[in-house]
Amino acid sequence: MTNQIVKMTVNGEKKEILAEPRELLIYVLREKLGLTGAHVGCETSHCGACTVEINGKSVKSCTMFAVQAEGTEITTIEGLGSPDNLHVLQENFKEHHGLQCGYCTPGMITRAHRLLQENPNPTEEDVRFGISGNICRCTGYQNIVKSILSAAAELNAAKEAAQ
Amino acid sequence: MITSAFEYHRPSNLAGALTVLEEHGDDARVIAGGHSLIPMMKLRMADVPHLVDLQDIADLKGITVEVGTVTIGAMTTQHDLINNKALLAAAPIIHEAALQIADPQVRYMGTIGGNVANGDPGNDMPGLMQCLDATFTLVGPDGTRSVKAREFYEAAYMTEREDGEILTQISFSVTNSGFAYEKQKRKIGDYATAACAVLITKEDGKVTSASVAMTNLSDVPVLSEAAGAALVGTSCDAIAMKAAVAAALQDIDPTEDNRGPVEFKIHVAGIIISRAIARAWSRA
Repeated sequence: MTNQIVKMTVNGEKKEILAEPRELLIYVLREKLGLTGAHVGCETSHCGACTVEINGKSVKSCTMFAVQAEGTEITTIEGLGSPDNLHVLQENFKEHHGLQCGYCTPGMITRAHRLLQENPNPTEEDVRFGISGNICRCTGYQNIVKSILSAAAELNAAKEAAQ
Repeated sequence: MITSAFEYHRPSNLAGALTVLEEHGDDARVIAGGHSLIPMMKLRMADVPHLVDLQDIADLKGITVEVGTVTIGAMTTQHDLINNKALLAAAPIIHEAALQIADPQVRYMGTIGGNVANGDPGNDMPGLMQCLDATFTLVGPDGTRSVKAREFYEAAYMTEREDGEILTQISFSVTNSGFAYEKQKRKIGDYATAACAVLITKEDGKVTSASVAMTNLSDVPVLSEAAGAALVGTSCDAIAMKAAVAAALQDIDPTEDNRGPVEFKIHVAGIIISRAIARAWSRA
C-alpha cells in the first residue's frame, strides 16, 4: 500500500511524516520522529507503557494507526520535561522512588499528567483507579501513587502561591 | 505485530462513509475507537482491506436528553458517557457500567457504538442496552431503520446489521428505576466472567417492574424475562431473589474458557445476579 502524508503537532512542533496506513503510532513516534520515551511493552493495549496524550486524551499508541492521528496534537514524555528541567511529576517520581527499572515510567507519568489535569485533587483511590491502565512490575505501585499524590500537592501549592 | 496492508478512508460525513462501504462491500469495515478491531487486525483474525474511520463525522457524536428520551451518537466514547451530567441524571446505570469497562486509556477511545455493534459477547453495553430496552438506528444504502437491542444479537459477532449499514445512534427512555451493573472480572481490562444489569421500579414496597440482563454468559447478551417476572409483585425478599436468580440461570449458556469451567461460571453468575438485584432494589 502506498505511503500517506501524516501531519501532526508533536510536543508543540508541527511534524509531517510518511507512513503506511498500517503503521502504528508508537512506531512512527519512536522510529520516524526519534521520540523513544514512550515504550513498546506488550503491544496489545494492556500495559500502558506506550501511553501518550492525544487531543487531551490518554491513548495507548500501540492501538492507534498513525494515520488516525492526522491533524491531532500529541504530547509525549519528551514534551513534559527534560533532564535539565524535570516536570513536577518527574521530580516527584525521582524523589519518592516511583520507578525501579523505569520501563513503565514514561507511560505512567504521561497518564498521571492527564489525570491531574482532569482531577487536580485526587484521593489515593482516584490515583489507583486513574492509573489502572498502566502496569508496573517492579514497584508494587505504592511509590508511584505516593509520587503522583505528592506532585498533585506541589502543583496545587504552586497554583495557590501564584494567586 | 503488523496488520495486513489496507487502504485508509476518512470520510467527513455519513454519506461518504456509506459510499465507501457500498463500493467495497465485504472488504470494507468501519473503525470507531478501534480498541477491539485493531487488536483483531494485529492478530490477523480480522482482514480489512478498506478501513473506514468514522472520527470526522460530527453527526455521530454527542448525547442529548429530551422529552424523556436519551439519544447517544455511536461515536460517543465511554469517557464522554462517564463525564456527562445529563446522562448521569437520566440513566445512572450507564455511568456505573461504563466505569467498569476496560481501563482509562481504552475508555478515552472506546465508543458506545463500537461496543454495541461489534457483537462480542464480552462487551458490556449490549446486555445493558437490552436491560434498558434501547433502540439502535442503522443507516444503509436503502435508508434508515430501527432495531431493538433485544432483537439485534444473533450469535457471537453476528448481528442484525447488514454489511452496508452503519449503526449511528442509540436511544432509550429516561429511567428513574433502581439500578445496578455488577461485574466480576479477573483483572482491570478483562472481560466479565459474569456481569448483570438490573433495573427495578417500586411502589408501596412491591416491585412493579424488573429488567434483568446478563453479559458474557452466552454467545449473545441474555435478557431474562423469567427473572424479571419472578420479582414483580414481590417485596424482593430472599425467596423472590432466589427464584429470580434460579430463573436467570436457566436462561444462560456459558462456555468453558480461560475464565473457568461452566460450573464455576454458573456459580459466579448466581452471585453477581443476586448482588445486582439487591443493589438495584436498595436504590428503587
